[in-house]
Amino acid sequence: MQTNIYQNPTRSSWAEDYSFLNNNIETTEDSSAKDSSLRVRDLNIYIHNAHILKNVNLEIPNKKITCIIGPSGCGKSTLLKTFNRLIDDTEGIRYKGSILVDELDIFDPKTEITDIRKKMGLLSQRPCPLPMSIYDNIAFGCKMHGERKRKKLDQIVEEQLKAVGLWEEVKERLHAPASKLSIGQQQRLCLARGLAVEPEFILADEATSALDPISSKHIEELFVELKKDYAIILVTHTLRQALRIADHVIFMYLGEVIEAGPAEEIFNNPKQELTRKYLEGAFS
Amino acid sequence: MKLKFIEEKIAKLLMISSAIVVFAFVANIIYTIFLRGFPALNWEMISQIPTGGYYNGGGGGILNAITGSLYIVLGSTLLGLLISIPVVFYLNVYLKKDSKLAYIARLAFDVLFGIPSIVYGAFAFTIMIYLGMHTSLGGGILVITLLIIPIFIRSMDEVAQQLPKDLLDATYALGATKLETIRVVLRQIAPGIATATLLSVGRAIGDAAGVMFTAGFTDSIPTSFSQPAATLPLSVFFQLSSPNADVQDRAYSAALILIFIVLVISISGRLITNYFSKHKI
Amino acid sequence: MFTITVAAILLVVLIGLGLYIKSVPIFNQYSIWQLISSSEWKPGQGKFGFLPFIGGTIWITLIAVVLSLPFALLTSLFLTEYSKSWVRKWVFTALDILAGIPSVVYGVWGTLFVVPWISEKLAPNFVEYSTGYTVLAGGIVLGVMILPLLISLFVEIFSAVPREFRDASLSLGATKWQTCKHVILRKTFPGILAAVILAVSRAFGETIAVLMVCGNLPELPHSLFDSCYPLPALIANNYGEMLSVPMYESALMLAAFLLFIVVFIFNASSRAVIYRIESRFK
Repeated sequence: MQTNIYQNPTRSSWAEDYSFLNNNIETTEDSSAKDSSLRVRDLNIYIHNAHILKNVNLEIPNKKITCIIGPSGCGKSTLLKTFNRLIDDTEGIRYKGSILVDELDIFDPKTEITDIRKKMGLLSQRPCPLPMSIYDNIAFGCKMHGERKRKKLDQIVEEQLKAVGLWEEVKERLHAPASKLSIGQQQRLCLARGLAVEPEFILADEATSALDPISSKHIEELFVELKKDYAIILVTHTLRQALRIADHVIFMYLGEVIEAGPAEEIFNNPKQELTRKYLEGAFS
Repeated sequence: MKLKFIEEKIAKLLMISSAIVVFAFVANIIYTIFLRGFPALNWEMISQIPTGGYYNGGGGGILNAITGSLYIVLGSTLLGLLISIPVVFYLNVYLKKDSKLAYIARLAFDVLFGIPSIVYGAFAFTIMIYLGMHTSLGGGILVITLLIIPIFIRSMDEVAQQLPKDLLDATYALGATKLETIRVVLRQIAPGIATATLLSVGRAIGDAAGVMFTAGFTDSIPTSFSQPAATLPLSVFFQLSSPNADVQDRAYSAALILIFIVLVISISGRLITNYFSKHKI
Repeated sequence: MFTITVAAILLVVLIGLGLYIKSVPIFNQYSIWQLISSSEWKPGQGKFGFLPFIGGTIWITLIAVVLSLPFALLTSLFLTEYSKSWVRKWVFTALDILAGIPSVVYGVWGTLFVVPWISEKLAPNFVEYSTGYTVLAGGIVLGVMILPLLISLFVEIFSAVPREFRDASLSLGATKWQTCKHVILRKTFPGILAAVILAVSRAFGETIAVLMVCGNLPELPHSLFDSCYPLPALIANNYGEMLSVPMYESALMLAAFLLFIVVFIFNASSRAVIYRIESRFK
């Protein structure tokens, strides 16, 4: 990839280089995801009349890692939080369009929000273990959905801790407070917690930004392994992370999806100039 | 499965009713007092002092209490500001952020903040006896000053602690002495001082327990610091204790006047705070 | 400036010391245990049993907390988790008004509304007769007085819980209320405790409002519909006569000293709880 980092642009070429940021933004429709349970159709979101997401049309492929990349403030996190309708609480929010999960529109007033959320596991930027023991953290989701049998909960806890590679480390102290774990362990705990409710999708909002490199690597490896069973949607601020693990890439800018498609296509042969500029590092 | 949705609905209902109950209390309190107090309200009340038979149904008003309260509040606010502002400056400009003295001082002020006014009253009473003072305007001012100093210090300290450190650094970098820095800091926390003053005035005017045995009570307006002074809250209390129904009605209207004054003070406090926050950094 | 600051710190010590010194005469006559456990209060005969007053204070404070705590919790959860911003503004305005009303006005409200309500509507269902000037009346009035304090403290505590906790809980499929119950309340429990301790210490010292509705009978109350005589009311009602009866002054100063100590301890423990929470985050 050609980079301009070492060239010192003169005033006129600054203007030239950045003019693309103001030109009419073109988008490419994404039709490459054939097997998809999450489809977004003409999604528009307004917060206090500010148009936050514009005409988003997407298909998230199953059993793949999808990375949403783009500069700060482009709406990545908003989009992610819309998938499980976590943004409902924001003041002044209005949405148009539809998001179909397993062919059901999540905005339909008849759908039960907690059912939708059950299908999506959220992993936040800052690991936030709930104020309870390790065991209770993982069992929390199941208990909220009505699971009471002790044996079943024990089984789920063990299963999920093994899935994230924590079992050996914590099996002796399942009832110790979760806050005593290291930050990397806490993030894996949060992941296990999300997996315990048997979601179809894992929504990760910059899940490794707050972690040290080793823990980050752990989480990334987990994602690569988990994609066999879940569709993982990862919002990431670091291009490098997307380069490492993405199967499918969505590039967003100022609330619009500029380009979306398989990782090799986007990284090696971006169709939009904006995408190319972003990949080159012209802005971030 | 359905249980959690029922629980959610019930919880929401309880919460909304709880908020409504809060409104209900406010409305009830103001309405009850208004209902009994408004009919008895007239110009006489606020423009005349009680005559001899006032508490038995005679003529007059509560001017003694209104002016008494005014004097006490004025005196104690001035004295309080005089003492608190230097202390706040000392704590925030002179002392280092984590000095032991500052910690102990703040601790002491928190304790003083929590001491009920009756204890201040008892303490001030002891001091007054020791000094040979009788119940007087001076005594009232003494108690209320003691009462509101912690309030002043706490609210101003909170504002001062939020001072951006860069502000202090910038003034020092320009070569200002500590004294000159105070002027800069003063301008910055001026709204905090205003809010604190209004808060304290509201508290001071409504306090009865502290002035009970320090300011005494009288039907006349005090002309010197050694004469007893009447206060609005006590005036309400004494009128209420009278067996005469007319006098009791006057108590309600006195209470109404008191609420009115306090509300005016707190609303103007709000407005001033809002006005000043427009110019804040 | 230094001297003023130090003087202010010394004031705390001075108050405690002063009140203690004034109470010494009565200590010379009776032991502290005798004073606290006796129920006889006949100053003219030199009998000073503080039990009814201590009991009365504890009763009404307990009732006030029990009555206002649920409302405070529910309202503050509502304000932080559920309500829109315009609703919040109105409720905060109402709370500001409640907080600003002077205590004598609360007393007037108590005598105009609460006392007759208890006497005419509530008590007949439970006891033969009640004047209405009762422990319950004191508790209700006190409860309304500490409500704004509790709510503002709770709202501060609940708002300080980071977004991620709510997001995490909701994303797992919990309802808002389940999130409140299992996550927010659990996380803020120490803060809630500290706030309640603070409110209790406020309630202990409340004088005039309580005085006007509690009945001022120096006997240990045995039911909600009995009269009581809390410590602050004791001091306020009798300061006039205390100089004429021997030891009366000392007894009342002891009452003031007891109040001082209790408030001091409560404030200190509330601070200690807060300190422990803050140190957990360091």
